[in-house]
Amino acid sequence: MKSAALRRYLRRAFTYLLAIVVALWVLAPIYLLGVAAFSEQNAIYTFPKQFVASPFSTDTIAFFLRSTGVSKAITNSVIVALLTLFFTMLIGTPAGYAIARFLFRGRDAFRLLIVSTRAFPIVILSIPLAVSFIEWDLYDSVYSLALMHTALALPFTILTTSSVFASVPRDLEEAATTLGCNQFEAFLRVALPLALPGLAAAMLFTFVLSWNEVFAAVILTVRNRTLPALVLTVLDVSPTPYKFAGGFVMLAPSLVFMFFIRKYLFNLWGRVTK
Amino acid sequence: MAEIKLETVRKTYGKTIATRDVSLTIHDREFMVLLGPSGCGKTTLLRGIAGLDQIDSGRIFIGDHDVTDLPPRQRRIAMVFQSYAVFPHLTVYENVAFGLRMQRIADVDVKKRVRSAAELLHITDLLERYPAQVSGGQRQRVAVARAIAVQAEVLLMDEPLSNLDALLRLEMRAELKRLLKEVNSTVVYVTHDQVEALSLGDRIAVMKDGAILQCDTPLKVYDYPATQFVGSFIGNPPMNFLTGQVKVDGSSTTISAGGGTFKPSPLIQSALRDSASILLGIRAENIEASATAVGGALSGSVLVVEPLGSHNLLTVKVGAEYVKVNAHADVVFQPDQTIWLKLAADKIRWIDRQSGVAVA
Repeated sequence: MKSAALRRYLRRAFTYLLAIVVALWVLAPIYLLGVAAFSEQNAIYTFPKQFVASPFSTDTIAFFLRSTGVSKAITNSVIVALLTLFFTMLIGTPAGYAIARFLFRGRDAFRLLIVSTRAFPIVILSIPLAVSFIEWDLYDSVYSLALMHTALALPFTILTTSSVFASVPRDLEEAATTLGCNQFEAFLRVALPLALPGLAAAMLFTFVLSWNEVFAAVILTVRNRTLPALVLTVLDVSPTPYKFAGGFVMLAPSLVFMFFIRKYLFNLWGRVTK
Repeated sequence: MAEIKLETVRKTYGKTIATRDVSLTIHDREFMVLLGPSGCGKTTLLRGIAGLDQIDSGRIFIGDHDVTDLPPRQRRIAMVFQSYAVFPHLTVYENVAFGLRMQRIADVDVKKRVRSAAELLHITDLLERYPAQVSGGQRQRVAVARAIAVQAEVLLMDEPLSNLDALLRLEMRAELKRLLKEVNSTVVYVTHDQVEALSLGDRIAVMKDGAILQCDTPLKVYDYPATQFVGSFIGNPPMNFLTGQVKVDGSSTTISAGGGTFKPSPLIQSALRDSASILLGIRAENIEASATAVGGALSGSVLVVEPLGSHNLLTVKVGAEYVKVNAHADVVFQPDQTIWLKLAADKIRWIDRQSGVAVA
């Protein structure tokens, strides 16, 4: 009996140890990035490296934010990411729902088509698109870039949302229709709230994808650069503190977004983890 | 008034026909049980009445309205699903209130009706909880409360008890019976459990292969099965069947079966042809077993004795056939013992062997 308990204890400890290692692996670089971003600019060149930001200073961040084009690039990035999020969910949610719920002619072909768009590298999509955008006079605009990001995010989003909706039992919507809902109300009042955690995950993915996407952004914009595109193009000519601050500023919104959406990721209805 | 009338309802899934032109009238406030083995079309029929699936042909009337082409919400029905289909993202209270909210009923009245439905089903203490925080049996009560809260004229139930464990099912069955007497709805209840059907229904429609074989009161269905299938599907143990042969000799008609000779009632004699092959159907409790020879009884040898507490279930070999017999618990029979079986003449059911349909 005692040895069994011990073994269970050890196994538990091992699991926790593993979890801690994984967490450190992810968090340590982020932490160091944060430390560098909130130290004085010179602190980056000191050795040994410091593990707390002392003295604490927003100097580095301020320097980065004041640099030419940065504030505009941040605005652009936010606009592109939000637009991408909006378009992706607007198209992806009904598309995923349709695949999950309705048997229509060509459903499997449709599904395959969606996945196959991922088979084209961004390069192949971006360059002809840049040409088309120039022709249509849409080039170098955050809106056209948002369209590009939407195209990039949609396959994954549709597959995610369709599996999310497939996991919502059909009975529940049928029950709603017997209780006075039409199809759309049943979707709105039952399927959608139940799918929200999964949709939140898809939204998170979409936002982060757009925020971090650099290749299409570099090709499709010139003056209206998004943050990653700007940072990438000026990277080799910028000082080290700029890079750290830039890294942190690019990372922070994803973290914040994740923090807000976390509730929906972990909130399995009725079993809210406290 | 909520009489349900089905007229030649047909539904096919690909090439399989789920219901073959079923016609059935369910009276106002009647408790109708659709009974049959899985795949017999009973759930298809129920979903057709609910409007969850479009039927391929035929008409469905509820009250005086032709609802064939109406969506579920316009049919004035409520339904309890086999899986309960309780909304996991709403509290028990909001679940029960769901249908009322859809009808835009004032909050005060919603509260009142949720309360009274909850009281009927003894879930008043659970109203603030989420479905994941209550047990399976309680979730079932929530589903029923939600359905009765809307006070629909028609209440449809799709195997509502099949996911409960045996003891809970027994308890819930009695409670449903009490409850549904109070709600004044026309009830259509689907089940594959013949005991449930017998205990709950005002009438039972026995279905097989997409068709209704018999629709009558539980006692009628039990005592006078219309076909061999109905006799063997309903009752535990199933009805016994012995093969026999008709002998018409002038004005006297006799049937020999299981080594005995029987005189069928004059009412059915005209339907019997000479040397026709026929089945004698008799229930286990309508056979009297005795250890000594009795006039007019069939002799057989005991194969198995199963004591069931209230009685002993005997399996007796009669000729080449087997008969289940309910014997008194205090009469002891031994395997291999020769016994005599006296069949209650008025409980014998004659069935045409070829068609499987009762001779009437």
